[in-house]
Amino acid sequence: MSLALPDGSEQLLAIEGRSLWQDAWRRLLRNKAAIVAMILLAIIAAMAVLAPWLSPHPYDEIYWERIQAPPDFANQHWFGTDGNGRDLFVRTLYGARVSLMVGILATGVSLLIGVLYGATAGFLGGRIDSLMMRFVDFMYSMPFMFFVILLMVVFGRNIFLIFVALGAVEWLTMARIVRGQTLSVKRRDFIEAAHAAGVRKRKIITRHIIPNVLGPVIVYMTLTIPQVILTESFLSFLGLGVQEPLTSWGVLIAEGAQQMESAPWMLIFPASFLAVTLFCFNFLGDGLRDALDPKDR
Amino acid sequence: MSEQLLRVEDLSVHFALPTGFLGGHRPLKAVDGVSFTLAAGETLGIVGESGCGKSTLGRAILRLIEPTAGRVVWQGQPLGALAADALRGLRRDLQIVFQDPLAALDPRMTIGEIIAEPLVTHEPALGRAAIRARVEAIMAETGLLPQLINRYPHEFSGGQCQRVGIARAMILQPKLIVCDEPVSALDVSIQAQIVNLLMRLQASHGLAMLFISHDLAVVRHVSHRILVLYLGRLMELAECHDLLAAPRHPYTQALISAVPIPDPARERRKRRIVLTGELPSPLDPPSGCVFRTRCPHARPICAEQIPRIEPVRFGHSIACHRWQELPATPPAALA
Repeated sequence: MSLALPDGSEQLLAIEGRSLWQDAWRRLLRNKAAIVAMILLAIIAAMAVLAPWLSPHPYDEIYWERIQAPPDFANQHWFGTDGNGRDLFVRTLYGARVSLMVGILATGVSLLIGVLYGATAGFLGGRIDSLMMRFVDFMYSMPFMFFVILLMVVFGRNIFLIFVALGAVEWLTMARIVRGQTLSVKRRDFIEAAHAAGVRKRKIITRHIIPNVLGPVIVYMTLTIPQVILTESFLSFLGLGVQEPLTSWGVLIAEGAQQMESAPWMLIFPASFLAVTLFCFNFLGDGLRDALDPKDR
Repeated sequence: MSEQLLRVEDLSVHFALPTGFLGGHRPLKAVDGVSFTLAAGETLGIVGESGCGKSTLGRAILRLIEPTAGRVVWQGQPLGALAADALRGLRRDLQIVFQDPLAALDPRMTIGEIIAEPLVTHEPALGRAAIRARVEAIMAETGLLPQLINRYPHEFSGGQCQRVGIARAMILQPKLIVCDEPVSALDVSIQAQIVNLLMRLQASHGLAMLFISHDLAVVRHVSHRILVLYLGRLMELAECHDLLAAPRHPYTQALISAVPIPDPARERRKRRIVLTGELPSPLDPPSGCVFRTRCPHARPICAEQIPRIEPVRFGHSIACHRWQELPATPPAALA
């Protein structure tokens, strides 16, 4: 017994629906601050990637005749040089490479672990949930600096250790956020419908739970990236970060701060890059939160 | 009726509610000792006030909630004894339609993906084209235009969402559908469409249906038999016509008299049995017969003993100490 359809309807193309993601994207595109932030971030990222081609100077070349020189266009030192006579413009961009990479990779690691861990704990619930979350609490109580210094002592200074250390700390908050969201999503009828259809638990988590908790996760992610960049800068400032001649914004700012009075350009340029990047991520996060917030709908 | 599909024996669902800090808990008896059978092609209506355990009963039968006691026997096979994998396999015959049509659909998936989910789960070898053909066929059968396959749930009305829910439940050609208040969230005009759709599907596929509702007028329209539930206990179970024409249980009588008659003159004349008091808390149910605190015919015995379920005659059972003394009320309403 089938419903009579209008003639030829079988030939009609299926109408494309607008998913919630598409709706959110449209709302985001209407947010001017978020658009500007995205454009600026894209420019900074492109500059970081194209750094070797944007300046005639290599990042580790020392110009003995131009140590701590102010910005000058004749020699194409747009940002001046640092205390060792290296071009600051190209070093700032190389610093952007490290800082952005640390930010994105460490956030990626925390995202992967945090989402899976939090969704599993929240979905399974009961004793397993308590056990898993007590472990998170335990990790939270570990002093972070102590953890980093310990890693450095055991494995030596290595940029990948920074990713590991930062990721290992950042996923804790992510796991808590995802668990909370999962607890509210798993009570909804469509999860029960999936159970009734005989869908396996693992599939329910990956197919239903995770896509539905992703909104707040994405917002938190854009706020984690600047936090990680800041932490990396802090570690580098303390001398626990990247190793010479490689640099990061934190290292550059630390060096600049020491020469603040004699060579202010050494502080101003890296610091403004860092500040602009952090602003942009925060504005983008704000825009995403407004775009994804279901209460707006 | 034909072949017996489902037998529910003495089914109970108790939730342990924690009290205080010391890990103590007291049981909430959501469903207590309910038994019935269901045949292929038959609809059993389950009625009762909100909070009486109707939905819990439906979910316990599908083992979406673990029953505390009793058995659910499906085609001669006790569901409680099955391993998780075997149960998952059986789920293709047991489906459910939910009360809130929009909440039952994953907002991040298209209608096509939602309807296909049981199919993809149980027949993983099926190709994309075959899945699409099956989805479009069931969409047409449930009154959805197949062009809407790529739409998302929030773009639909409540009635359409409920059709999607029904299509999802129907795509594997199940033998039993539990309809948990499938129309109570919908407009009256849409209710009629959905109820008629369900009845049409039942007739063409020989489905067995458990139709859970608080609306006796709807239940009466779809059901062959009706089970009246109060505080998780079975009060009366009878053929639809018998129950409405000659209700024997005081609770059923009150329930039927509360249904409005679409005729003002008769509505004014009818004698309505008004129950006094509130529905007791299921955490602290009355001793003996759970209905006795609101029953106009209660006697001391009702507080002392739990009434047994007794047959009035074949196919009509009742849980009341005094049913033989009380008059069978004439059909005041609904006639």
